[in-house]
Amino acid sequence: MNEESSDSTPVPDVAALRRRQPRFQGLEAGHRACLGCAQALAARLVLEAAGPDVAVANATGCLEVFTTPWPESAWRVPWVHSLFENAGAVASGLEAAFKAQGRAAKVLAFAGDGGTFDIGFQSLSGMIERHHDVLYVCYDNEAYMNTGVQRSSSTPHAAATTTSPAGRARLGKRHLKKDILSIVAAHHMPYAATASVAYPSDLRKKVRRAVAVEGPTFLLIHSPCPLGWGHDGSRSIEIARLAVESGLVPLIELERGELTGAMPIRAVRPVTDYLKAQARFRHLFADTPEAHRELEHLQALADHNIEVYGLRGAGADPRDTAGADTVRRGGARWA
Amino acid sequence: MPQALEGSQAIARAVALCRPQVVSAYPITPQTHIVENLARLVADGALACEFVSVESEHSAASVVLGAAAAGARAYTASASQGILLMSEVLYNIAGLRLPLVLTCANRALSAPLSIWNDQQDSMAVRDAGWIQLYCAGNQEAVDTTIQAFRIAQDTELPVMVCVDGFTLTHTLEPIEIPDQAAVDAFLPPLHFARALDPARPLSLGTLVSPEWFTEARHSQHGALLAAAADIEAADRDWAAATGRAWGGLLEVDGPQDARIGLLTLGSISGTMADARAASPDLPPVRLLRLRAFRPFPAAALQAACAGLETLVVLERALSPGGEGIVTAEVRAALYGREPAPAVRGFAVGLGGRDVPMAIYRRAVEAALAPGEGTFAILDVDPRRLPAEDRYPDLAPPAARGAEEEAT
Repeated sequence: MNEESSDSTPVPDVAALRRRQPRFQGLEAGHRACLGCAQALAARLVLEAAGPDVAVANATGCLEVFTTPWPESAWRVPWVHSLFENAGAVASGLEAAFKAQGRAAKVLAFAGDGGTFDIGFQSLSGMIERHHDVLYVCYDNEAYMNTGVQRSSSTPHAAATTTSPAGRARLGKRHLKKDILSIVAAHHMPYAATASVAYPSDLRKKVRRAVAVEGPTFLLIHSPCPLGWGHDGSRSIEIARLAVESGLVPLIELERGELTGAMPIRAVRPVTDYLKAQARFRHLFADTPEAHRELEHLQALADHNIEVYGLRGAGADPRDTAGADTVRRGGARWA
Repeated sequence: MPQALEGSQAIARAVALCRPQVVSAYPITPQTHIVENLARLVADGALACEFVSVESEHSAASVVLGAAAAGARAYTASASQGILLMSEVLYNIAGLRLPLVLTCANRALSAPLSIWNDQQDSMAVRDAGWIQLYCAGNQEAVDTTIQAFRIAQDTELPVMVCVDGFTLTHTLEPIEIPDQAAVDAFLPPLHFARALDPARPLSLGTLVSPEWFTEARHSQHGALLAAAADIEAADRDWAAATGRAWGGLLEVDGPQDARIGLLTLGSISGTMADARAASPDLPPVRLLRLRAFRPFPAAALQAACAGLETLVVLERALSPGGEGIVTAEVRAALYGREPAPAVRGFAVGLGGRDVPMAIYRRAVEAALAPGEGTFAILDVDPRRLPAEDRYPDLAPPAARGAEEEAT
């Protein structure tokens, strides 16, 4: 800072000025999402960071249903919903058309974990392999929530859903959560990252970074679902943060398959802090050898993540506030 | 000047003349030569478009859906299982009212596996909400492809151009390829009013409650029916430009005083015309060729049946457990009309079985045979069937006679 100039002219409060500028709201209020829906928040954050010069291809799912009850729509960006499993291909078509027309809009694909990990996996893989200039965002709430909480290949091990219920003979889902990020990254992916609604400026930073890449990019956003996970809607952010702080959901960035960024955890929390807050894991707290074993198993998965991605951090406040001013703001068009 | 071109090559050239901005396809026999030829045109710099080679037909249809939603002129092609894999997207494209063009290189559906021609594939998606045009020859396929792009943008409906696999796609014919100026004059650039654009954000493909769904279907149904005029106009305008017309919705050829009519779709129409010319001993026959199957030209069909006592329908598909798909629709269109011809329906040429000129004689004899003609597979060979599968009630008239002689 030049002290002489600060003496002669008043220093503008840059942060205050920035806050007074309109923030782009690509997803408006008034939609029909449940209270505490983290997916709705995540989609709003993605569009805040991506700005208005985008077009969205949205897979079938909660996000599509709660935002567009005809004749109303919560979207202030061009938006198309086709089917459940083809968001990657529809986005490819939008991008090819914009390229052919010489238009500069960035294409975003939005899908849930069902539309990404499972039924839409093929079209996502094709989209990446063909190197379309698309940011694909998966809002990961770890089950088929739109149809009433059925298991997906993203559902974590031991979580109870309506098709993987916990009973006398079974302790919820028997299989591991699919490592979609590694699979996506294995496509010679320029940029693939995880984010969490509990860390909004990290999320926006990753969106901006992905949008700047010319080519396919992928963002997996951990998004609690109060209805499906069995917690109060007011606790969505807290639970999302516990998922990160326990190591179960590492916030990482991969470029061309190489780990280039990881959000450090300053104070690692036991996985039980995360699990006990949700009804979908309630059966793991029964006093049985099987339940104890599953808890140990889940703790081992978190420990493995912390080890593999080097998540154990030290130093300053881990809370995600320093970058709170990084939201994109613009002129009247964004209001 | 006509050039000797393979059907697929000619269709690809016609597509290129329409200046598509996005082409996306997945290879399947017998459609492959069309997309290979397009890829070649792109590679040689003769066609400037985004050519998206996808990982499935489902994605091919989804890519052109996205491209059309962005306001681009888009094209795809498929056949058989590919059409079925696309079918979910085909319904979606039509419901979204997106203008684009698809060539269906008609082929049988599995099982049993057959790579050869019939029309079960396009018939399987007749209710998807697409305009369906069936071509009798490759010159018509070229001209109809160009017309299809204009019909699509005039109606905001997708158009499926059906060409018989192998019979048309793999056959060399002398073909007139129109010049670019003629196509440009006929086909103005696409301006899609609902194109996705950040400057004017629209939501496309929203959730619709029971309060609105019926009205959406009503509009779609009405638009399909109204498209009949656009199909006729495109054929008329193309004829003014090139001198070639293809009959609009329904091509009628034959004497006013004929008592027998023969209705066909696709490439067997030419075979039947040749057979009629070669069979002067048979009574006069009026040939009806259904060029548009969707929208179904009921009024044109009713008019074309004036004076007929019997109408024989020959089709290359059926609804097992029901009857002929086209037959049923023809019956429905004529039902309750006074006078109306008796309708005898026959499936022929399934799974690539050759449809020779001799079929014409059998069809005419079937028309003359007494009794209530319902529906049968005309060219089934009972000798190839185990006794329990012969189903005497299903035997076509001529085959029944032949079987009696044999036993």
